[in-house]
Amino acid sequence: MKIGVLSGKGGTGKTLISTNLAVTMGGTYVDCDVEEPNGFIFLKPENIITHDVLVDYPVIDEDLCILCGKCVDFCEFNALAKTKKIFVFEKLCHSCGGCEIVCPTGAMKYEKRKIGIIDEGISGDIKCKRGVLNIGEAMAVPLIKALLENLDENLNIIDCAPGTSCNVVTSLEHVDKAILVTEPTEFGLHDFKRAVELCKMFEIPHGVVINRIIEEDNIVSRYCNENNIEILSSIPYEKNIAEIYSRGKLIIEQEQYKSIFTDLIEKLGDLL
Amino acid sequence: MKLVVLSGKGGTGKTTIAVSLAELMEHVIMVDCDVDAANMHLYYDGETIVTRDYMGSKIAVVDKELCTECGICTQYCKFDSIDTGMVNPMTCEGCGVCVLVCPENALHLEKVKGAEMKLIKTDKGFISKADMEIGAEGSGKLITELKALASEYTKEGDITVIDGSPGVGCPVIASITGADMTLLVIEPTKSGLSDFLRVEELCGHFGMPVMVCINKYDMNLDVAKEIEDFCRDEGIDIVGKIPFDSMVMKSINELKPIVNYEDSEAGKAIKDMWETIKTKLNLEV
Repeated sequence: MKIGVLSGKGGTGKTLISTNLAVTMGGTYVDCDVEEPNGFIFLKPENIITHDVLVDYPVIDEDLCILCGKCVDFCEFNALAKTKKIFVFEKLCHSCGGCEIVCPTGAMKYEKRKIGIIDEGISGDIKCKRGVLNIGEAMAVPLIKALLENLDENLNIIDCAPGTSCNVVTSLEHVDKAILVTEPTEFGLHDFKRAVELCKMFEIPHGVVINRIIEEDNIVSRYCNENNIEILSSIPYEKNIAEIYSRGKLIIEQEQYKSIFTDLIEKLGDLL
Repeated sequence: MKLVVLSGKGGTGKTTIAVSLAELMEHVIMVDCDVDAANMHLYYDGETIVTRDYMGSKIAVVDKELCTECGICTQYCKFDSIDTGMVNPMTCEGCGVCVLVCPENALHLEKVKGAEMKLIKTDKGFISKADMEIGAEGSGKLITELKALASEYTKEGDITVIDGSPGVGCPVIASITGADMTLLVIEPTKSGLSDFLRVEELCGHFGMPVMVCINKYDMNLDVAKEIEDFCRDEGIDIVGKIPFDSMVMKSINELKPIVNYEDSEAGKAIKDMWETIKTKLNLEV
């Protein structure tokens, strides 16, 4: 089982939910927000093993290159340019392999370069994984794909990036159920609707956790009731929770918040 | 003058602060570069005066009449996006390798509409924003085009306020390209600090000058101090410290910029910050 935790809007509480849920449920926590991964701040895993994540990029053998420009014409990503020689803009390269195929003289060879790392460790009873994208790299998708390869058969809690574009789409390819986290504001609702559309497009069963509620009846809960979206849980708007979070601690360390997650697990089981 | 507002972490108050600063400026044009979660326009009733399709990426399309299901495309596709002539449009990157290797010429690339770009005329000036197709590529190219659309309507002396997206990837890199200054809106949490350090490094990588605003600074004074210490050591100006103010949530739900609430402590702090920024930019620009 793979449970994705996502939100349209950033900063609504994806990592808060994912980390506390992973510790309550057991299994593996996977931080796919590789541009800004924060789950390890809360889980503090030990015995970390780090792997490099490499991607292919083309290197040109100038002795073989006849400057025909076929590779430049083929590349859809403007990663190649022709002047007195062929230039490679490696960070624009999607590693599709097309330039090597079109090159008539075999001058294109692929080499590997590092775009980030994957860390794996243990925190108490759970496994923890995260990807960290190198600063200055534009594309996170190859790193997210590497992170989601060979996941354990048992439970995985996948903490996704904010938004609804390629980083999230890549994560959703691997998800069986989704928890959408939002807040009861006009902004939260606006961006939440997009996340719902994305889950529908992928036909992923989904429910919502409404974070920072002041009243049970709020703009998100009303929208969910009108549109038959399951409300899995609500988290109160409390200074205490914000303060625990700000120190990088789990809120389930305080007794009164444990039931939020045990109730959430029960509701998740019913989510089809 | 182009000012970008970024944060690394999501939900730290980028849009609240970007719109508030814009409210305080005389001649302003806003660009909402948080294309997957564009919220700037929600504050304004406006009239859409330009609508333009963004034809961003391409995808492979199969002619079923010609496809013999030989499977060569599947062998060559690096993205696992084509299964013997069946294209997965969500993961296809539009590289064209399948088109190249198909022995029957059964494949071609087609441009797909990734978003609708809009220029909205409001009482406060123009807003350039995109309505993205769900699941479309939130690419830097779209952001570059949104900025270009805004620049067509920018007059001499206008300040361009660019609301960026969370993260440090392609959309953020595209947002800062060509800008003059970045304001980093940071919340004093361990996560906020970690993300701040990454986005600050990114700005350094691209030679982009930064200034810092600590939002809800009194939520955790210890982490706020860590941010201040880092900034002092790195020679980064802290131009604003905004207190936690429950009126901000009210302002978002009433869709009115917080600086328009006379009694708001956060609003006052943002006004002070704008005075600091003006002085700073007059001195340095």
